[in-house]
Amino acid sequence: MDSDLIVQILFAAVKTGTPLLFIALGEVICEKSGILNLGQEGMMLMGAVVGFLAAYSTGNMGFGVLAAMLMGSIMSLIFAVLVLQLGANQVATGLALTIFGTGLSAFVGAGFVGQTIQGFPPIAIPFLSDIPYIGRILFSHDILVYFSFGMTAVLFYVVNKTRIGLTLKAVGENPNAANAIGIPVLKVRYLAIMFGGAMAGISGAYMSLVYTPMWVENMTAGRGWIALALVVFASWRIGRIMLGAYLFGLASIMHLVLQGMGWSISPNLLAMLPYVATVIVMVIISADHFKEKLLAPRSLGKPFDPRNMA
Amino acid sequence: MKLKSLLVSLGLIAGAVTAHAEEPLKVGFIYVGPVGDLGWSYEHDMGRKGLEEYFGDKVKTTFVENVPEGADAERVITQLAKAGNDLIFTTSFGFMNPTVKVAKRFPNVKFEHATGYKLDKNLGTYVLRTYEGRYISGVAAGMMTKTNTIGYIGSFPIPEVIRDINAAYMGAKSVNPDVKMKIVWANTWYDPGKETDAANALMDQGVDVMLQHTDSPAPLIAAEKRGLRAIGQASDQSKFAPDAHIFSVRDDWTPYYVKRVQAVMDGTWEAQDFWGGFQDDMLTLASINPNLPADVRAKIDATHDAIKSGAFKPFTGPIKDNKGNIAVAADHSLTDVELAQVNWYVEGITDEIPR
Repeated sequence: MDSDLIVQILFAAVKTGTPLLFIALGEVICEKSGILNLGQEGMMLMGAVVGFLAAYSTGNMGFGVLAAMLMGSIMSLIFAVLVLQLGANQVATGLALTIFGTGLSAFVGAGFVGQTIQGFPPIAIPFLSDIPYIGRILFSHDILVYFSFGMTAVLFYVVNKTRIGLTLKAVGENPNAANAIGIPVLKVRYLAIMFGGAMAGISGAYMSLVYTPMWVENMTAGRGWIALALVVFASWRIGRIMLGAYLFGLASIMHLVLQGMGWSISPNLLAMLPYVATVIVMVIISADHFKEKLLAPRSLGKPFDPRNMA
Repeated sequence: MKLKSLLVSLGLIAGAVTAHAEEPLKVGFIYVGPVGDLGWSYEHDMGRKGLEEYFGDKVKTTFVENVPEGADAERVITQLAKAGNDLIFTTSFGFMNPTVKVAKRFPNVKFEHATGYKLDKNLGTYVLRTYEGRYISGVAAGMMTKTNTIGYIGSFPIPEVIRDINAAYMGAKSVNPDVKMKIVWANTWYDPGKETDAANALMDQGVDVMLQHTDSPAPLIAAEKRGLRAIGQASDQSKFAPDAHIFSVRDDWTPYYVKRVQAVMDGTWEAQDFWGGFQDDMLTLASINPNLPADVRAKIDATHDAIKSGAFKPFTGPIKDNKGNIAVAADHSLTDVELAQVNWYVEGITDEIPR
């Protein structure tokens, strides 16, 4: 394997990992507030179809991305109202959201199947893209990839270094205590869920505007579920999510690359690598109870109703 | 889509109540994908529309799209039969066993199953000779490649796909003795994301002409982005890749559907195992790109004409498999039954068939 090919593979891994990165960033913020939203796939599909429709009808790609983010937030708002206001079960509601989004996106997009648009062009960043190897792998992508870099950096800072991050974690760790010191728990959770929705929307837009610039039914093909695994794999750390997204991206193209090189290894076996990796991480985490408590937001998945407070 | 199938089912039940003998011939279709997939199911639906256009008021067609291959299929086919359809086309390989079951329960309804091999008194099968189009694709790819490496995205290692890989390679080899073919299995019929990944993986490794046995136009889009070439599958995919597109091998089911409906009307319908290709106008070369060099264009046309006239059959011996055994004896052309069982790679393909 020559160095050119390795650079090409890593370049492709970053591209494949980008939609995973977006959606996992959204989900980790949501989970840090104590909410488990399994509706990722549905929100992503709605983002993909609405983003495509908006970009196709206006000819403006940026508008498409914004529309996708808005659509993702609207979808997540449905989830938020059901879960936060009405106390519905988070797992069941999330699954319902995925099924709903899958069907609705197919319905909305039916008339647009087979249309095509010009995707975002790649932009090589001056100077940075001239760095040998790294320049090609990281700095000759399209604008959404750079946006995902920026988003990761911002979230890393906000979650780890600011009061906002502390508030978010407090709500996710112990909503009762947070409520007692005057943090508006439900409001924080609403915002976290909607941020997750917007990220799922942009992730969908990445699929329908950049990766394969067209709309087809169910085009996300389970990436929303991979992102959920990715959050666990990264043990709820922003930095690890970025690394994990590219690793998962690499794993998902590796079986294709190896086949092209003539390796007779079962593609099914390789395709399952990301999931195996996630299971292993979960085993490692669960093996140590102290570690588990340290990593997963403690109130994850548990409902919180301020009216029940003594 | 669920809503749509529900409405169709309700319509079917309503239709069953009012059906009587004076009505036009009723023809039912069941599709595995959405009619908008711009590939396999789309072309079947074009065939259905062609049927309506040709017969006008004399036929009434119904279709149910997006039917999963399995228990649901049996239910939908049963409904179509109960609704008084005289002829039912089940258009995916996975509908085979459900069709066989329902056909036994409705001996007066005629069934036709695409790409299968199980026949009954009232159940026929029909198969496309896609390998003919694949051979011409190979010829074009073999002439257009500058790196002497062409790529093939496979869906599943079933005889149809393996047969077509062989045909493509033989076509390429016939014009370019140095050509190599890289094969990647995507393990899907339709996943634009995965097809893009597969195309990029191949093009990263020196492939400059892409062939695909999956249904989305994604590999063409990937080739267009890199300024390389690709060939469209099942329907005309030229608009996705104006520069990269060499041509598309388009499936055209209309002639077959018209013929079979006519047979039912005339009372001459009999269950048969039918194979159709260029000779039957069921395959056509769509949108041959004007940017091709003249010699390539001439060779494409010549190969096409030879296949269409029946003068040339791609699987004519002597052909060796890639283990060195004689796969097709000299002067023998594989029969349809033999074609349905191809499970070897032709000499020169260095890969193994995944098991």
